[in-house]
Amino acid sequence: DIIPFFHRMYLQLTLVLSISLGIIQAVDRSNFKTCEQSAFCSRQRALRPGQSSYRALLDTLELSDSRLTLQLLNNNNKVRLLLELYRLQGNITRVKINELKPIKPRYEVPDVLITDPPTEPMSVVAQDERGVVLSLGGVDRRLYVNAQPFRLDIMEGPKLVLSINSRGLLAFEQLRMRKDTNDQKDTEEAGKKEDTEKIEDKASEGEEQEMEVDQPGMWEETFKSHVDSKPNGPSSISLDFSLPGVEHVYGIPEHADSLRLKNTDGGDPYRLYNLDVFQYELFNPMALYGAVPVLLSHNTHRTTGLFWLNAAETWVDISSGQVGLCGRTDGSGEVPQTDVRWISESGIIDVFIMLGPRPADVFSQYASLTGTQAFPPLSSLAYHQSRWNYNDQEDVAAVDRGFDEHDIPYDFIWLDIEHTDGKRYFTWDKNNFPQPKDMLQGLMDKRRKMVTIVDPHIKVDSSYKIHSEIRSRGYYVKNKDGGDYEGWCWPGNAGYPDFTNPEMRTWWASMFAYDQYEGSMENLYTWNDMNEPSVFNGPEVTMLKDALHGPWEHRDVHNLYGLYVQMATAEGQIRRSGGLERPFVLSRSFFAGSQRYGAVWTGDNSAEWGHLKMSIPMCLSLGLVGISFCGADVGGFFKTPGTELLVRWYQAGAYQPFFRAHAHLDTPRREPWLFGPDNTALIREAVRQRYALLPYWYLQFYQAHRTGQPVMRPLWVEYPEDVTTFTIDDGYLIGRDLLVHPVTDEGSRGVTVYLPGNGEVWYDVHTFQRHDGALHLHIPVTMSTIPVFQRGGSIICRKNRIRRSSSCMENDPFTLYVALDPQGNAEGELYVDDGHTFKHETDRQFIHRRLRFTSNTLSSSDLSPDSQFPTASWVEKVVILGAQEPKAVTLTSSGGGESSVEFEFDPVTLVLTLRKPDVNAGVDWTLQLQ
Amino acid sequence: MSLVKLLLLMSLALVMRAGAAVEIQRPRGVPLSKRQFYEEEKPFTCLDGSRTIPFDRVNDDYCDCKDGSDEPGTAACPNGSFHCTNAGFRPAFIPSSRINDGICDCCDTTDEYNSGATCQNTCRELGRKERESLQKMAEVTREGFMLKQQLIHEAKKGQEEKQVKLTEFQSTKKGLEEKVEALRTVKEIAEEPEKEAKERHLKAWEEQKELIRMEKDKARMAEAFLELDDDADGYVSVAELQSHPELDPDSDGSLTETETQGLLGGADKVDTTAFESVWSSIKGKYLLESQSDPPAPVETPQEEARDLGSDHDSDHYPEDYAGEDEDEEEDEEDDDPEEEEDKAPPTVRTPEKKEDDEMSMPPYDAETQGLVDAAQKARDDFDEAERALREVDDQIKSLEKEIGFDFGPSAEFAYLYSQCYELSTSEYVYRLCPFNRVSQKPKFGGSETNLGLWGQWAGPEDNIYAVMKYDHGTGCWQGPNRSTTVKLTCGKETVVTSTSEPSRCEYLMEFTTPAVCQEPPSLEEALHGHTEL
Repeated sequence: DIIPFFHRMYLQLTLVLSISLGIIQAVDRSNFKTCEQSAFCSRQRALRPGQSSYRALLDTLELSDSRLTLQLLNNNNKVRLLLELYRLQGNITRVKINELKPIKPRYEVPDVLITDPPTEPMSVVAQDERGVVLSLGGVDRRLYVNAQPFRLDIMEGPKLVLSINSRGLLAFEQLRMRKDTNDQKDTEEAGKKEDTEKIEDKASEGEEQEMEVDQPGMWEETFKSHVDSKPNGPSSISLDFSLPGVEHVYGIPEHADSLRLKNTDGGDPYRLYNLDVFQYELFNPMALYGAVPVLLSHNTHRTTGLFWLNAAETWVDISSGQVGLCGRTDGSGEVPQTDVRWISESGIIDVFIMLGPRPADVFSQYASLTGTQAFPPLSSLAYHQSRWNYNDQEDVAAVDRGFDEHDIPYDFIWLDIEHTDGKRYFTWDKNNFPQPKDMLQGLMDKRRKMVTIVDPHIKVDSSYKIHSEIRSRGYYVKNKDGGDYEGWCWPGNAGYPDFTNPEMRTWWASMFAYDQYEGSMENLYTWNDMNEPSVFNGPEVTMLKDALHGPWEHRDVHNLYGLYVQMATAEGQIRRSGGLERPFVLSRSFFAGSQRYGAVWTGDNSAEWGHLKMSIPMCLSLGLVGISFCGADVGGFFKTPGTELLVRWYQAGAYQPFFRAHAHLDTPRREPWLFGPDNTALIREAVRQRYALLPYWYLQFYQAHRTGQPVMRPLWVEYPEDVTTFTIDDGYLIGRDLLVHPVTDEGSRGVTVYLPGNGEVWYDVHTFQRHDGALHLHIPVTMSTIPVFQRGGSIICRKNRIRRSSSCMENDPFTLYVALDPQGNAEGELYVDDGHTFKHETDRQFIHRRLRFTSNTLSSSDLSPDSQFPTASWVEKVVILGAQEPKAVTLTSSGGGESSVEFEFDPVTLVLTLRKPDVNAGVDWTLQLQ
Repeated sequence: MSLVKLLLLMSLALVMRAGAAVEIQRPRGVPLSKRQFYEEEKPFTCLDGSRTIPFDRVNDDYCDCKDGSDEPGTAACPNGSFHCTNAGFRPAFIPSSRINDGICDCCDTTDEYNSGATCQNTCRELGRKERESLQKMAEVTREGFMLKQQLIHEAKKGQEEKQVKLTEFQSTKKGLEEKVEALRTVKEIAEEPEKEAKERHLKAWEEQKELIRMEKDKARMAEAFLELDDDADGYVSVAELQSHPELDPDSDGSLTETETQGLLGGADKVDTTAFESVWSSIKGKYLLESQSDPPAPVETPQEEARDLGSDHDSDHYPEDYAGEDEDEEEDEEDDDPEEEEDKAPPTVRTPEKKEDDEMSMPPYDAETQGLVDAAQKARDDFDEAERALREVDDQIKSLEKEIGFDFGPSAEFAYLYSQCYELSTSEYVYRLCPFNRVSQKPKFGGSETNLGLWGQWAGPEDNIYAVMKYDHGTGCWQGPNRSTTVKLTCGKETVVTSTSEPSRCEYLMEFTTPAVCQEPPSLEEALHGHTEL
C-alpha cells in the first residue's frame, strides 16, 4: 500500500483543490525526477562518446597473484584513479576504479557480496608501451588493457566479448574542497561559476577544463521544494560497456517494462532509485520500489552479465545499433552492437563481468557473488489471502470460514497497517484485535498462518516502546545537522531506524522474539512495506539524500535500505525459533542480494489488464537477477477488477512464484466466493492447480536455493539458440519443464503459444494432447482454460489430494506425470523435507531422488545418499504421456520384492495410467513395462 | 499407507433408536441412506453408474469412480464426501479432503482415524448446547412472534386509522377547495370597486399635484426672472442672459450672442410675459445650475408606486435602501406591488418625500378606505383558505406515502416508520432510521455522515424482508457512494446489535426486531428436524 491515505487527508484539507483536480488516475510524473532534473545525470549525460580523457599509466602496474593495479590519469585535470582488476573464480572479472587519493573515503557497498569473492591467478601474457595483455584462464581468454586512451577489451580467442570505456564515457567526479565557501547559494539558477579548481594544472593541458567548472547542482540541488545540501559536492561516476554482436539485453529491475530492455536514445535512461511510486505507469523506465543493478546480454552464442555494485541513484543508458566491423575492409557488413552506460551519483566503480557463456553459467556466477534464493517454507509457496484490511478478529475468522465453506485452500491470511495500534508496528489495535493469540491459535488449528505488516517508519511517540528504545540507543537515521531525521508516513511523524547499522539490525531482530512482539506466535510471519524508504513529505516520496547513516550520506546507501530491513526482519524470525525455522518475509523494496531474505512483490499495481500482463516480464526480470520469489497482487491493488480480470489474474497468479491476492482499502471486497458460483468454481480450480503443483514448485525453489537458477524463466534461458524466444514475455517456463502462457486479454477466445525446441514435444497438462516444439500453437480458450504445457522428456510430481492448506497435504501421496520425449525417455526429480525447518541443511534431513524413464522402465534412485528423511508420502499413481500399451507392469521396490501393477491405457490420448504402485516416496523402486 | 490397510474397512456405527442399541455395518463414511449400495461380497458399481469394481476397491485409498463414490471413507477422490454420524449431535457430510488432514471436523472424531490428530468426541456437548440454544431461540421466536402479532394488529389498526384520516383529509380538502374558489370570487368582486376607487383617488391626486407643480414652476420662473434681470429693468436682455454660460444650449463652453438671441426667441430682451416661453427652454439647465436640490420629479405617482413595489426585488435603486428606515421588514420583499400599495399608502414613503414633503398623497377618503379594507379582508380570507388547503394537501401526501410504503406482508414493519435506533461504538454513533436513512456521527466532534437513504427491501427472493438496503449516501474518495445493508433477525426487542464496514464505504448493520420472527415450530419438531437420532 502506498500514499492514497495521505492523499485523502490532503484532499480533505484542501477540498476546493480536490474538486478541481478530481480523482488522481495515474502516476504524477512531476513528483519524480527525469535525468534532466537530476543534476549528476544531466551533467554526465551531457558528456558525449568520444576519445576518453583517461590514459593508463603502465609504469604504475602492479600484479600480485590475483590482483592487478594500475593508475589512470585524467589528462584534463591530472586527477589519478586507481584501477583494480581481479580474475574471480567461475569466469568472472572484477573491475574496480576509485580515486587514487580521495580527500575522504568513497562508499563501497558492504553486505551484498556473500564473501570476498575467491580469486584465481592472473598473468601478464604480453606488454608493450601501448598496453598489457592478461590471461583470464581458459585456453584463450584474454584481457587487453589499452593505455591511451584507456580501454579494456575482453577477448575469447579472436572474438571480442566486451569492451570497457570504448566510447570514452569513463567519468569520475573526484571529491573536492569547496573553494568559494562564502557563496552558499549555488542553486541551479545561479548558473555557471568561475573555475576555481586545480589551478596547478592550468599551465600544462588546459584546453578542456569543462568538468572542473562548477556546474549547476554540484553543491546544492533543489527539486520541488526540497533542497539537497550536498556538503560533499559532486561525486558521480560513469562507465560505458560495449557488447558486440548483442541485440538483446535484459535485467536491471525494477521497471514496469518489457522483458527485453529498450533503447534509451532520445528518452530517459532506465533509472534505479528505490521509490514509492503512486499508481505507476506501464512501459516506461521510471524507477520503482527496488533496484538490482545487474544487466544480462544474450545472443545465440553467449550470455554475459554485468553487475554494477553501487547503491546510489543510478541511471542506465542502453543504445543498440549496427556498427561496422572494426578493422575489416572486406565489406562483410555490419554487426549489431549494444552499448550500455552506467551513471551513479556517488561511491566507486565496482563491476563484475560475468562471462557465462551459457545462461545457467551467468546465474551461477551471479549466485557465487550475491547468494541464492532463500529456501522458503513450503506453505509460503501456497496461496495467500490479503486485503488492506481485514478489519478485526471476527473478520479474519469469517474469511477463514469462507474458504472452508467454499472448499478453496489457502495457507496465509494477511493483516495490513490497520491491525496496529495507531500504526505502531509490533502492536495490535486494542478494539479490533484484542486477543491476537486466540486468532493465531484459531488459524493454527486449521494448520494455517498469518502475516502482519511491520514497516520501517516508527511513530514518534515517547510512550511507544519501539520508538523510545531506538531513540535512546541512537539508532535513528540522522539529518544533516545531527538530530534524528523525521518524516511523514502512515503514523504521521515518524523516525527511520538506521538499518545499515549492524547493531541496530540485531536489536530489530530481537524485537521479533515471542516475548517482545506481544501476541505473536510461531505461525505469524512478516511483511516489510514502505522500505524504499517511503517518506510522504520527502523529495520523490523518499528520504533526503543528505540524511546521515553514521558517516555515510543517505545518497550513498539509498538503494540498500530495503534490503537491510528485510535482512534484519528475516534474522528476527530465525532467532525467535532458536535458529530452527525458516523465515518468511515479504519486502517491497530490494537490492542485489535480497533474494537471500525472502519474497518480493511488484508493489502497488492496478486492477487493469495491462498490469496483469506486466506481472510476467516484471517477475521474469527479477528472476534473471536472482530474485525468484516474486509475485504481483492478484486482482490488482488499486481500483476494482471486473470478474473476468479477477478470474484471469487468479489463473495467472497460480503459476507465478508468489501467489497472493491483495486489494486497496477503498475497493469493494473480493474474496473468491463473492462473484457467483461459476466464478467461485473457476477461482477454486486455479488455486487447486497451484496446490497440486506444490511439490514441483518446492523442488524448483530447492534448485534455485542450491544453484541460483531462476524458478520463473524466460524461454531463451532454456532455448538460448532460438531467436524467436528472445523477445517473448507473455509465456515463460517454471523450471525447465512447465511452459505457461496465461490468458491476459479481455474477452479472449484463443491464445497463440510459442512452444520451443526443435524435435521436442509438449503435452497440454489438462488434455494430455501432444504438440510439436518450435512452432506457434493457437489454442482456443474458455474461461476455465489456463494454457500450461509439460515438456516431453520430463517427470513432474503432483499431489492431487487438495486440502485446506499445504500443511494438511504433508503426508499425501504423489502422482507422477511422466511426459515422454520422442525417444521415449523422461527424467525428473523429487524433493521432500519437513517443509519448514533448516534441518535439510543442518541435519541433512531430506529426500532428493532422481526419477528416470528409459527403456520402458521408470525408476527412482537416490540423488543424495547421505541424507535421509522419513516420509509417509507414497506413490499412488503414475501417468505416462505419449506411452504405448504394455502387456504387464511389474514393481520392484527395495525390500518389497516384486509385485504386479494394474494399469489402464487410452489408445486415443496415448496415456498410460499405472494404478496404485503403493511404494513409499523415499525408497528405491522400479516399474518395468513389458 | 500400511496403517490405512490395517484399519477396519467397515466402521461400526452405533445407532440409538427407541432406546435400543443396534449395530449396523457399513463402509466408513457411508450414510445410512446409501448403505444398500455398498454390499460386501458383491462388486461395487459407482453411484453414477460409470463403472463396476471389485468390492475390495471400496475405501482402498485409490480413486476409481469419477464421482468419488468408491472412496467414501478416504481422501483419495477429489470430489468425494464423508459422512459423520455424530451421535448425540447432528450428522454431517464433509469433503473427503478433510479426512485425516489433522483437523477435527466431525464431533464424533471419525474423520481423523489415521492422522495422529487427537480429537475429542464433542457431539454430546454440542448437542446439549445446540438444544439449549434452540430452546432459547425458540423462546425468543415465540415471544417475538407474539409481539409480531401485536405489531400486525397495531399496524392494521394504524393503517385503518390512517385510511380513515386520509378519507377525512380528502373530504376536508374537497371542502377547502370549494371554499377557496368561493373566496376567490369574493376577493375578485371586492377588488373591482377598490381598484376603481383607488384609481379615482389617484387621478384626483395627480391633478392636484400638477396644479401645485405649475404654481411652483411659475414661482420659480418669477424668481429666475428677477435673478436674471440684473439691472432690474423688468426685462431680461441678451447681455444679462449671456452672463450665464451654463445656459449654453450646445454646451460647447461658450454662450454666443446668436445662441442667446435664439434663447430669447430672436428678441433682444423679454419681459415677464415673454419670459414664459424662454423659461421653458432654459429651465432645465438653469435649475440644475442654480439649485443644489435635484430637479422636480417628472414621474407620475402611479409610476412611483410601481417602482416602489419593484425596487424591493432588485437593486436598481440602491439609493432607496439608503434612505429607508433600517427596521424595514424583510418579509415584505415577496409581496406584489398592489399589496404593497395597499398596505403602505404612498404617503408613508415615496421617493419624492425627500424633496417634496408637502407633496404626499392625502389619505383615502372614507368611502375609498372602506372599499380597500373590504378588499383586504377578502384577500386575507382567501389566503387563509388557500394555506389551509395546502396544509391538508401535505398531510394527504405524507399519509399516502406512509400508506404506500411496503411495510411487509402484514405491515409488521410499520411501527419502525419515523423511528430511529442508535448504536454506540468506540468511535461513532450509528443511527438507523428505518425507511428513511442511516448515518454515522463521530463521538468526539465532527459532522454526521450519511451512510445511505432508504432504497428497498433486498433479501433473497424467498425472504425479501430479511434485508434492507440504504444507498446513495455521501460519496467516498475514489470510491462509491456510501451504502448500508441492514440484516434483520428475530428478536424480542428492536435494536441495532452491530455495525461493520466490510468494504470501504459499504456498511453492514444487524438489527433485531420481532417483525421478522416466524411462527415457531414446536420444540420437539425443531430438535427432531436436526438430528438423525
